[in-house]
Amino acid sequence: MLNALDKLMLEKVADLHEIPQGAFNIRKNGAGVQRNTTANIDIVTKTDKSGIDVIIKPYTKGESVHIPVIVTEENINDVVYNTFEVGEYSDVLIVAGCGIHNSGHHKSQHDGIHTFFVRKGAKLKYVEKHYGQGDGKGQRVLNPKTIIEVEEGAVVDLELIQIKGIDQTKRDTEIRLMDNAKLVVTERLLTYKNQEAESNIIVELLGVDSSAQIISRSVAQDDSKQVFYFDLIGRNKGRGHIQCDAIIMHNAQVLSTPRISAHHSEAQLVHEAAIGRIESEQLIKLMSLGFTEQEAEDTILSGFLK
Amino acid sequence: MLELQKVSLEIQGDIDFEILKKINLKFYEKKIYVVTGPNGGGKSSLAKTIMGVYRPTSGQILLDGLDITSMNISERARMGIGYAFQSPPRFKGIKVKELLNMAASHNPEKVNICDLLYDVGLCSQDYLNRDVDTSLSGGEMKRIEIATVLARNLKIAVFDEPEAGIDLWSFQKLAETFRNIHMKYDTTIILISHQERIMELADEIIIMSNGMVSAQSERDIILAGIMNNDACACSAKCAKGVGHNAECVG
Repeated sequence: MLNALDKLMLEKVADLHEIPQGAFNIRKNGAGVQRNTTANIDIVTKTDKSGIDVIIKPYTKGESVHIPVIVTEENINDVVYNTFEVGEYSDVLIVAGCGIHNSGHHKSQHDGIHTFFVRKGAKLKYVEKHYGQGDGKGQRVLNPKTIIEVEEGAVVDLELIQIKGIDQTKRDTEIRLMDNAKLVVTERLLTYKNQEAESNIIVELLGVDSSAQIISRSVAQDDSKQVFYFDLIGRNKGRGHIQCDAIIMHNAQVLSTPRISAHHSEAQLVHEAAIGRIESEQLIKLMSLGFTEQEAEDTILSGFLK
Repeated sequence: MLELQKVSLEIQGDIDFEILKKINLKFYEKKIYVVTGPNGGGKSSLAKTIMGVYRPTSGQILLDGLDITSMNISERARMGIGYAFQSPPRFKGIKVKELLNMAASHNPEKVNICDLLYDVGLCSQDYLNRDVDTSLSGGEMKRIEIATVLARNLKIAVFDEPEAGIDLWSFQKLAETFRNIHMKYDTTIILISHQERIMELADEIIIMSNGMVSAQSERDIILAGIMNNDACACSAKCAKGVGHNAECVG
């Protein structure tokens, strides 16, 4: 049974206002609590380790799978291994998300290792949102690892969002693209107080005419620290573009290493990185419309992280 | 009525430089003023000082008798002053419709943002959902900037080189738009411009050069003076007038 706190967390993490349509698996405090499967999407509990297998039949169109994880107690140390089989020529949305509510003194942590096999011609949109709350001193820690194999002609659109809430995160993302495979990764991160975030994204363009676009936007406030490492590796004829922009404020630190490695003469790789404070002309423009400096700043940051 | 009394602006650096020198100006309701003059003369600095981007080193600025010299940009904006930047800033993640709605948000009258775009020569279907970012050309940014000022119910509207980047066909529309504000509202319009056709809209033309007002009069008087005089209004010494074979030194 889901209580009021559970429902609030589900809303924050997966925009769920009620039990979702389609397939879903809700995990709370280290255990699966509710599940639904459909004719085309099956969810099976792993037998050798903690986690689930999500199996999407080929040609499944317009369906979604919600697999939110909520942690509402302190002292939880939850590690899960989820494997996703996205069948050939299917077109699906997978919404993962993890929310931690910690009002205690002890740390609560969830580490999710997600492995995807996106089969030939399939289209996958994967949204992963991280959220944290609670007025306890106990830390909220999330360490997601995402490994994706994108087969011939498949398209993957990844959205990774973490706004405040999480004290420590180490995010690892590894993606391999085959012939004509296409990837777009959008990352949005905001840290404040003493939070620390590390994000490593490694993309290998293995196939002919594979392409990847990575757009990372972050805001670092107060005494927080962000470390980014990107590596776009061109092993074949293909195109890749990394763009990372960070707004740095107060006493924060942002370290960004966008690396591009070409191992093929027809690999075309571009990286752009910029770290800076909010542009004063932007603040002045919004203030000249009647907004206070704080309102102007909030508007600029929320647009930046949209 | 906006009044500048002995307004001076000094920039401190390796050499202290006076950008505005004891400017005395009065701008009355319902009138269109064009401020023109050579580059570097202080026109944009004047506009920014009116908006509050620069704080004068000395002197006072009065709006309807109230001293606004120490008010910040937001306060002056709420008092009814607006400014269209010469080089408008771009944003990431803000759409044209959002920016225009923000501009119109303090206007007690309901504003149709599609009409605003039409008034600056842009098709609303094409532009409402565009991001106000590097994907827009200079001319497009300029027009959207003008639209953000038109969205507001202002006492004083300052437009810094509004014609820059606007093509010939849209220019007529723009001139018409300024004339319409003039007819509909009591707004004082201050245009910084080098364009003869913008100057034709003016009730009064102010020539600024070297940080000072070097001439101020009704439009026809000033225009006649400018058209008959081929000497530039710049007061700096230069090699102008030297013959074709003069040595090029740089």
